[in-house]
Amino acid sequence: MLDPINAIANWLQNLLSSWGLESGLVNFIMILIGVLVVAMTVLVLDILLVWVERKMVARFQDRLGPNRLGPFGLIQPIADVIKLLIKEDITPEGADKVLFNIAPVMALATVLIIWAVIPFAPTMLGASLNVGVLYIVAAGALGTLGILMAGWAAHNKYALVGAFRMVALVVSYEVPMVTALLVPVILARSMGLHDIVEAQAQGGWFILFSPVTALIFFVCTIAELGRAPFDLAEAESEIVAGYHIEYSGMKFGMFYAGELLHALTMGALIASLFLGGWHGPFVQQVPILGVVYLFIKAFFVYWMYTWVRYTVPRIRIDHMMSLNWKFFTPLALVMVIVTAILDKLMTGLPGWIYGLGMFSANVLVAVITINLLRTYSQKERQRVAEPRPVAQADLAKAPGSGD
Amino acid sequence: MVSNEWLFVGVFLLLAPVFPAAALLIPRLIAPRKPNPIKMQTYECGVETVGDTYIQFRVQYYIFALVFLIFDIELVFLFPWAVAFDVLPLFGVLVGVLFILILVAGLVYIWRKGALQWM
Repeated sequence: MLDPINAIANWLQNLLSSWGLESGLVNFIMILIGVLVVAMTVLVLDILLVWVERKMVARFQDRLGPNRLGPFGLIQPIADVIKLLIKEDITPEGADKVLFNIAPVMALATVLIIWAVIPFAPTMLGASLNVGVLYIVAAGALGTLGILMAGWAAHNKYALVGAFRMVALVVSYEVPMVTALLVPVILARSMGLHDIVEAQAQGGWFILFSPVTALIFFVCTIAELGRAPFDLAEAESEIVAGYHIEYSGMKFGMFYAGELLHALTMGALIASLFLGGWHGPFVQQVPILGVVYLFIKAFFVYWMYTWVRYTVPRIRIDHMMSLNWKFFTPLALVMVIVTAILDKLMTGLPGWIYGLGMFSANVLVAVITINLLRTYSQKERQRVAEPRPVAQADLAKAPGSGD
Repeated sequence: MVSNEWLFVGVFLLLAPVFPAAALLIPRLIAPRKPNPIKMQTYECGVETVGDTYIQFRVQYYIFALVFLIFDIELVFLFPWAVAFDVLPLFGVLVGVLFILILVAGLVYIWRKGALQWM
């Protein structure tokens, strides 16, 4: 009653067994159905995301957004899909046809495969891999390959430059991201996402234990997504559209869909790693509620991404690299060291002392970091403000500056 | 016998490209196809593209890729350490911290060398 998905699964399994099929085959069919259900749900959500994104952008920019087709413009994304389907598909001359066609498939598929390991509810999860975290990092790296393929195959300078930038960005921000991933793994003693969520359901959400790590992870995922302010790869004013410049019709649609779905996937990931995943009130009694909680949290993070995207201007590439290598990477390493040592020192203490200790250590690290940054920026401002000799001489000669 | 989890992931990995590929096949059937030489040209803001597309890329990208490679491999080594936290004595934890500090030393070296400066 309270767990409809598993009830349906059990009924289906019994039905298939009663037809006299082998147990191995029944198992395989069940897995196939499970994969189809997860993938189709995510893809339907993806179409809805186009509407969500456009509506949110509109609200941030004080517009109405799509509101003509259907209630609140909900049919708009379907019209968009139909438009993309009947558009002519252009392959520019000189393009590497094989890679040019594989790249859009890669762009969406690599995002889709991450959903295989995300736990939806206490009793509902695709695969409870014991190396789930590493699987996610690997899937993210495959996505980079798709981008590089697209940029290389299009035979366009803008596309190539966009792909270079994107790969440099994703590859760099992967370092603090993977480092930050170590903290939930240390706290949960497991690399499986299911175990990590389970640990949070029992001991408290990890964002309370390690808010600094959660922030690092959040910023790094924005860079991984290539969304503003880290959207150098598709900077309109410089390289027009970046790596998918030569794509048209449904192939462009695949990149667009992959990008939006990636944002929601990262939202679900942050929800699972730091915000307790499916954990919420009454979830043990009514497991189906877990799905609702997970998607509420995922969409909250997605909303944060959009908020940042339409608030912060684009960052220059040298600033971005400095931010990553000279700020986030050392900070993430410090967080791992602090968490590791504190965790070992506080084993056996009651949960609330443990949590309080972790939280205060985070606050301490944050305060020290902010003070270091303040000192540095003061020095930097002084250095910039110091008048250069030539400019000073000009100022003295300028009329009206004497009084 | 392969466990159910890995079978699920395997089926997922095989099926995931099928959905986008199917979506790409539909336009082949219903979309118009009228190529002409001007339409097929490489896009470059209206002007004809000059020179080779596959330009030499900056060595900077290569250096960052190298740094990433070193860091990512060392970080992957840390994951088993993090999982085995319950059975590790304090000494084991400190050894792990020492490993991270070696990593930090590498970062400081790269920093001092100026390889992190985007020029």
